[in-house]
Amino acid sequence: MSSAGTVPTERQRLRDTDLDRASLERWLARTWTTPRGLVGALSAVDHKVIARRYLLTAFAFLCLGGLSAVAMRIQLSGPERGLIGPDLYNQLFTMHGVTMMFLFAVPIVQATGVYLVPLMVGTRNMAFPRLTAFSFWIYLSGGLFAWVSFALNMGPDIGWFGYVPLSGPEFGPGKRADVWAQMITYTEVSSLAVAVATIVTIFKQRAPGLSLDRIPLYVWAMLVTSFVVVFAMPAVMIASTFLILDRLVGTHIFNPAEGGDTLLFQHLFWFFGHPEVYIIFLPATGMVSAIIPAFARRPMFGYLALVLSLIAVGILSFGLWVHHMFATGLPKLGASFFTASSMLIALPNGLQIFCWLATLWEGRPVMKTPLLFVFGFFFIFVAGGLTGVMLASVPLDLQVHDTYFVVAHFHYVLIGGSVFPLLGAAYFWFPKLTGRMMSERLGRWHFWLAFIGFNAAFFPMHIVGLQGMPRRVYTYPSELGWGNINLFITVGAVAFFLSFVLFAANLLRSASKGEPAGDNPWSAGTLEWATASPPPSYNFARIPVVTHREPLWADRETLPVASGLRVDVRELLISTIAEAKPDIREKSATPSIWPLFAAIAVGGTFLYSIFTPWAVIWGALPIAVALIGWFWPKGSPEDEE
Amino acid sequence: MKQRTVIDLSDLPSYGFGPRSPTWWGTLAFMALEGTGFALAAGSYLYLVYIAPSWPLSRPAPNHWPGTIITLLLLASLIPNHLLERHAKRCEMRQVRLGLLVMCAFGILPLVVRYFEFPALNILWDTNAYGSMLWVLLGLHTTHLLTDVGDTIVLTALMFTRHGHSGRRFSDVEDNVFYWDFVVLTWLPIYVLIYWVPRL
Repeated sequence: MSSAGTVPTERQRLRDTDLDRASLERWLARTWTTPRGLVGALSAVDHKVIARRYLLTAFAFLCLGGLSAVAMRIQLSGPERGLIGPDLYNQLFTMHGVTMMFLFAVPIVQATGVYLVPLMVGTRNMAFPRLTAFSFWIYLSGGLFAWVSFALNMGPDIGWFGYVPLSGPEFGPGKRADVWAQMITYTEVSSLAVAVATIVTIFKQRAPGLSLDRIPLYVWAMLVTSFVVVFAMPAVMIASTFLILDRLVGTHIFNPAEGGDTLLFQHLFWFFGHPEVYIIFLPATGMVSAIIPAFARRPMFGYLALVLSLIAVGILSFGLWVHHMFATGLPKLGASFFTASSMLIALPNGLQIFCWLATLWEGRPVMKTPLLFVFGFFFIFVAGGLTGVMLASVPLDLQVHDTYFVVAHFHYVLIGGSVFPLLGAAYFWFPKLTGRMMSERLGRWHFWLAFIGFNAAFFPMHIVGLQGMPRRVYTYPSELGWGNINLFITVGAVAFFLSFVLFAANLLRSASKGEPAGDNPWSAGTLEWATASPPPSYNFARIPVVTHREPLWADRETLPVASGLRVDVRELLISTIAEAKPDIREKSATPSIWPLFAAIAVGGTFLYSIFTPWAVIWGALPIAVALIGWFWPKGSPEDEE
Repeated sequence: MKQRTVIDLSDLPSYGFGPRSPTWWGTLAFMALEGTGFALAAGSYLYLVYIAPSWPLSRPAPNHWPGTIITLLLLASLIPNHLLERHAKRCEMRQVRLGLLVMCAFGILPLVVRYFEFPALNILWDTNAYGSMLWVLLGLHTTHLLTDVGDTIVLTALMFTRHGHSGRRFSDVEDNVFYWDFVVLTWLPIYVLIYWVPRL
């Protein structure tokens, strides 16, 4: 047995079988811990470190997006208020939408996956850790790019979907639309990188025995989501690239006068934009499927039905985009098809809800804060789904198009379908992240303030929308009689915002003063609860072996594990795709500063390219240098086996 | 929680080829997203063709010869590419080095011809939507070609260093072969769109 703490000699090939438990943990910590110091921090490739950064950054953008919403609501709280003028209002609703969709909702669900997926599948890091690190730096700089532009009065003012011709060269002078276009392409690079890493982690790095029919539903949800990202995100990147080409080098792709077409932009945008809703929603359903069994104290009812529903929703999400374009005068046959497919997607979603209810019905639910948020999700999401079915009908959609009815609907779907489960998930997995419990009392206050505030803010929007109030107006005349209802909405919006302040207070307080959580405070059954809270840098001292869908419920006393991996280098177990049989021992990437340099090079190129197309030529050089540095092996003996 | 060892992983290999390797899956995922991008760009082109009263918007069709030469070069490159794959799987260093050099040449040659292909389109990007789409499609594939040739050159350099003596590097060579097939495959529909759709 090697003595603990000594440096292995060259080619020592130290394996976990050579060490006792305490020595093993010390060796693994030495091998896997993120290096200290600034360079170490900037080189981090540990999925937990990256995910925490992602989560904090997404929360910061949520605050900015929320503040912009509150500012708009104060402006709209009464008729003809002069707090915010039309120009700034246009920027505010654009930044609100862009931030919430691109800088909060997608990144936070992906960040949650970056943290949880490796733990849930029983591996030590994401596949392609440097790519994951790169994605964070890209995301951070893309978000800063947008908000610094806003601060410099260069913020986009064309709505979060940036329709041409409003965003085109004729009607969008200055650089505002260019900032939108490049920022969109830029941040989607980040989402795609995470999606690829997530797919490969789930396919190839699962613990032995974690066959496809035993994967936790949350992991299934992240897998389906990642596929949707891979096939949906290129559409918006193509749309925004076409737009910047029209603006910067004078192409005519969206110019009807020269054979282009403005509707092409909408088709491309919504081919991404509708799946985007499910990119946000599917992980949330996975969170619900993780929370419910833990609190109902029984396995999930209808596992197979839920998996098939996730896949069905993922596929169907690509067949709905035209329902965002009913008002553009498309052929009736096409509109009918998209009406039918829009209604069809209610089936797998409804099936999921019935499976969750059946699980709760047959279990012994313990009413803690995470479950409270799940109940809030049921109520709000079902309400949003019902108005979705209404809007799938062409005649009604034509009546309420671009009114506050639509605003109410999509906030019910997005906040109900994603944010409430996310909040529940925050309470559920906070102990795993920090080793401490969140305050249950503050959590309940938070829930009720959020639930009441949300409904007070968004339910009346249905009414004012049916009365004809259009979205994206910075004010309205008093004689229309919308003053009181808008004041009520604003009070609700402020209450909803304050619920997040309460949440932040709970997070901060609990992180330092919360009760110690232990490894598995909820007595849940999935693998992330088999390791310490917070998990060590290497996640698992020995890779768990899975024999059941809820391994911790099947093996309550003794966890079966695999041994034989090296501990002196970062070694991962690669398994077969269907049955997760052990196949290869492969080294995981070590920390590196090059992903940061690559992100700086890519970011600089995108930023510069809003001014000149030559940026793409000049930017290629530093990008190439950074990528060579990234991929070139360090030359350690392990590379030369 | 107590643990009991039930599987010993010590004898597993430290690298694998094809679908056994996570990098192969990563490459496949990137192909999926890049392929989606190409498909959408091609779909956009066809959409504009569909709504146009005439195509190619009263402009002359492009000279198809440079594009055809590139097509022939790319198709011919598949032979050394797959020979390279065979050598990589056998970890034959000398043949792999030679094969990579050949593939670098097969990557650079189409780029040289492409230099003449853009003017042969007979239209500029800012003339009308037809010209824009032609330049966009060709530009997309050129970027694709450039990045893969760059990747092949770096990998070739790597295989001539001591770092090449690793099973994982041979697996990387095989993934590079896989990706080159994709570069060739994506060109074929673009070639048809650029050169033959305007002649329909």
